[in-house]
Amino acid sequence: MYDGWKIIVGLIVFIAFVTLPFTWSTGKEYLKVEPKIDTPEIQKLPEAERKCVESKEFMRKEHMKMLIDWRDAVVRDGKTLYVNSQGKSFNMSLQNTCMQCHTNKSKFCDECHNYVGVKPYCWDCHIEPKENIKKEARL
Amino acid sequence: MRLPRPEELISDVNLNKMPSRRWMDTLPVEFKPGFYCYGAKGKNLEYVGFPNARDFHVTDEDWKLPEDWKKIVIEGIKQRIERFRTFHVFMDICVRCGACADKCHFFIGTADPKNMPVLRAELLRSVYRKYFTSGGKIFGKNGGARELDLDILKELWYYFYQCTECRRCSLFCPYGIDTAEITIIGRELLNLLGLNTDWISGPVANCYRTGNHLGIEPHTMKSTLEFMCNDIEDITGIRIEPPINKKGAEILFVTPSGDLFADPGIYNCMGYMMLFHELGLDYTWSTFASEGGNFGFFTSLEMAKRLHSKIYEEAKRLKVKWILGGECGHMWRVWHQYHDTWYGPIDFLEEPVSPITGTKFEHAKSTKIVHISEFTADLIRHGVLKFDKRRNDNLIVTFHDSCNVSRGMGMFEEPRYIIRNVCNHFYDMPDETIREQTFCCGSGSGLNAGEIMEQRMRGGFPRANAVRYVHEKFGVNMLANICAIDRAALPPLMQYWVPAVRVSGVTELVANAMIMKGEKEREMNLRMEPLPGKEE
Amino acid sequence: MGIGLALISVLGLILFAYVGTAVIGLNALFAIVFPYAAFILFVIGFIYRVVKWGKSPVPYRIPTTAGQHYSSLWFKQNKIDNPSTGLGVVLRMFFEVFAFRSLFRNTKAELLQGRLYIGSSKWLWLGAIAFHYSFLVIFLRHMRFFTPETPWVISLIESFDSFLQVHILGSPLLYITNISILAALLYLLGRRIIDPKIKYISLPSDYFPLFLILGIITTGVLMRYFFKVDVTAIKELTLGLVYLKPVIPKEIGSLFYIHLFLVSILFAYFPFSKLMHMGGVFLSPTRNVANNNRMKRHVNPWEYPVKHRHYEEYEDEFREKMKKAGIPVEKE
Repeated sequence: MYDGWKIIVGLIVFIAFVTLPFTWSTGKEYLKVEPKIDTPEIQKLPEAERKCVESKEFMRKEHMKMLIDWRDAVVRDGKTLYVNSQGKSFNMSLQNTCMQCHTNKSKFCDECHNYVGVKPYCWDCHIEPKENIKKEARL
Repeated sequence: MRLPRPEELISDVNLNKMPSRRWMDTLPVEFKPGFYCYGAKGKNLEYVGFPNARDFHVTDEDWKLPEDWKKIVIEGIKQRIERFRTFHVFMDICVRCGACADKCHFFIGTADPKNMPVLRAELLRSVYRKYFTSGGKIFGKNGGARELDLDILKELWYYFYQCTECRRCSLFCPYGIDTAEITIIGRELLNLLGLNTDWISGPVANCYRTGNHLGIEPHTMKSTLEFMCNDIEDITGIRIEPPINKKGAEILFVTPSGDLFADPGIYNCMGYMMLFHELGLDYTWSTFASEGGNFGFFTSLEMAKRLHSKIYEEAKRLKVKWILGGECGHMWRVWHQYHDTWYGPIDFLEEPVSPITGTKFEHAKSTKIVHISEFTADLIRHGVLKFDKRRNDNLIVTFHDSCNVSRGMGMFEEPRYIIRNVCNHFYDMPDETIREQTFCCGSGSGLNAGEIMEQRMRGGFPRANAVRYVHEKFGVNMLANICAIDRAALPPLMQYWVPAVRVSGVTELVANAMIMKGEKEREMNLRMEPLPGKEE
Repeated sequence: MGIGLALISVLGLILFAYVGTAVIGLNALFAIVFPYAAFILFVIGFIYRVVKWGKSPVPYRIPTTAGQHYSSLWFKQNKIDNPSTGLGVVLRMFFEVFAFRSLFRNTKAELLQGRLYIGSSKWLWLGAIAFHYSFLVIFLRHMRFFTPETPWVISLIESFDSFLQVHILGSPLLYITNISILAALLYLLGRRIIDPKIKYISLPSDYFPLFLILGIITTGVLMRYFFKVDVTAIKELTLGLVYLKPVIPKEIGSLFYIHLFLVSILFAYFPFSKLMHMGGVFLSPTRNVANNNRMKRHVNPWEYPVKHRHYEEYEDEFREKMKKAGIPVEKE
């Protein structure tokens, strides 16, 4: 007794499972993320001041940690000022600092978060900014 | 060879201390007296046509092997890999988690690491890796692979004849790896080179010639049964004439020949005849199919088939309707899991129906064989039999589940039901030692030879330990079982570890309590000892 | 034996990936060639092994029966541990594969003053369950890197895994499986080192996967909690692999490549190792057949006729003795 068909069915299930990413992607558009930093608020700034609190590379990797540190500093320790690596001070506030420039949550925050499947819980407490542009449907 | 005293025997056993040398570096194996069976005699091997028939002495340097023995073994492995998915998968997927390690009665009794089921299998697995896997070929010893040589062959022999094929390890293995299967195939390979034991090859040759392991010839079988009937007459006043080779009987009864030979098996045999007589059963013995057990199973599956085929042939010749099987362990493993595949379809017999109660044994509709415990339990359930349980009142009984019937079939409740109906005092041993978790008697699969006594007493220790527990707690003095090897192996085990406990088949207990029509007032039990209350 | 060899092998692999990417800069090799090669080896190797097993038939039906059998009598059958039907077998296999039922039975034997004590011992079961389920969850969580849009199931699994909402060293949220798999791996490794029996039976090939997976988990944990990596860039790489349009973003460092390389090794090594127990557990004939031998005949495809003694020969040898004893014979 070989039970061949059972083995074949099992193998088909196995193959279907491990190749799922490939089959899922077929026919779907190849996504590219382009977080936009072209908000009117940023455009208005003089060229020299178009800088975030820290460098772009740092922000890409560490922004989540920074935001949590800010939260803890403000809420738990009552500190409100952040001094960056250049010695410049910022008010530690998501809404009043970050979102002042990055008014485009959907094209700035969500763009990457959706892409890598991350769901930050910032907006569980903070009020989501009302964007002027119509929210684009997620790709 | 004298055994150490029981309290000394396992005093040096430490399950948590392993040798300092790696297991691959401990060759050659030391053949310790008391731990191995004597080699096979040439004439016995020759009689059944085993290869390389010659007198084989285990401790000889030269095992007189054929020149191309290595090739024979490797080819043998290859053939079995292709034939047995069990063997093939079991050689590949062990992760050495060690769950099986302390499940083996031989490991518990000896602390010899190669008695851990995982290492027993690894002995052969390492050879398999060397010749059949890329990892083994490339990495050698570091890949867990060994090149076969004479020392390894001797090691395989030593340890495959130290396994009783009880399958307890298989129960706990997360992948169901069955060391019994590996041992069976390991022994097949060894038998390709004529490397058998005297204790197995002798009965095999006997069984081929006379139909039974003990070599009982037809006329002797008849007189043996008649002697028993004399005793039955003395005890009950009833004369029984056992039907032998009776054509046209409804049922062929087959039991291991051990029940014809020595006590306490003979009391069980008397019990069978008393039961059948009381029922007026239309049955017959066969002098040719006079063996239910199958020592061929301990050499190779082919030999097992060669020995077992006569049973269905006799059933056909005697034109019976179905077959009733006596109490035996590996006989039921073979009957239940192999025989129909070998000999079937069994279309010349009828689906078994109890002629007394009308119960259809539908679960046996293909093989047409019913176990005596199933048959008896059904009788009791229907109130066919009358018992005087007080006749067994001197007995405080516990029940030993035989490995093969437990893990190769799953019959646990029938014998217990019977015992509870014929005895007033019954206590089970602890759960971890009974039913599917039962411990081997330590002497199964052809290891019940005298020369391997120390290994048997060590291997039987876990079983004996559980018996001692109920003996001390409840005063148990009778160890009931449904296996002829148990009836041969447990008495010396009990004598050694728990001398106050005796051994009995279940049917003996039934017949002792059974009130027979027209019997005289019984004074004695089947062992001719006074019944409780009848002592002088 | 062989623990050192296994450890050195894994450290060697790590070094190889580090040198290959940080020193020599063969990023394409580690980002594209190895992952594809490993995946192909894994799939083809796995199928090859299973098919090879499948080509060996199951000549006899030999389930290990772990409970009361089915019979026409009134005794209650244990339908899972001793199944007599296909459904029963499916249940038995389900519990075997998803709950490690046999391992759950585990006991421990101890000898004390000449007596044997057997007690329940579930640690191995717990360690095995923790390891395998953690690994599964981690594997599924990673699907967010291999799908253009993270399917809701994967997001759900992820939110369960991080439901504690604990931050260690800032952000991001701690995954429970990171802790459980590390604990389980250290337990599984620890028992191989501490338990003399397990130590004695262990081969290098038992330690190697443990160290390899430890390496994978450690690099993953380091990337997530300690040395942050540019996740967006990594997804560009992984998605590129899935779309068969491989790209090598510049922003990725060696830590990630070590992680990816160890995973590639795991995949490539899988079919040639004991890890194939994943497939083998389904094919074990002591578990995956019904115990209905006396009801339904099992056919062995290679069964062959054997020479055995027939009654005629037997009677020829013993006829005179039989006649003398009054036993009926066929030929007078």
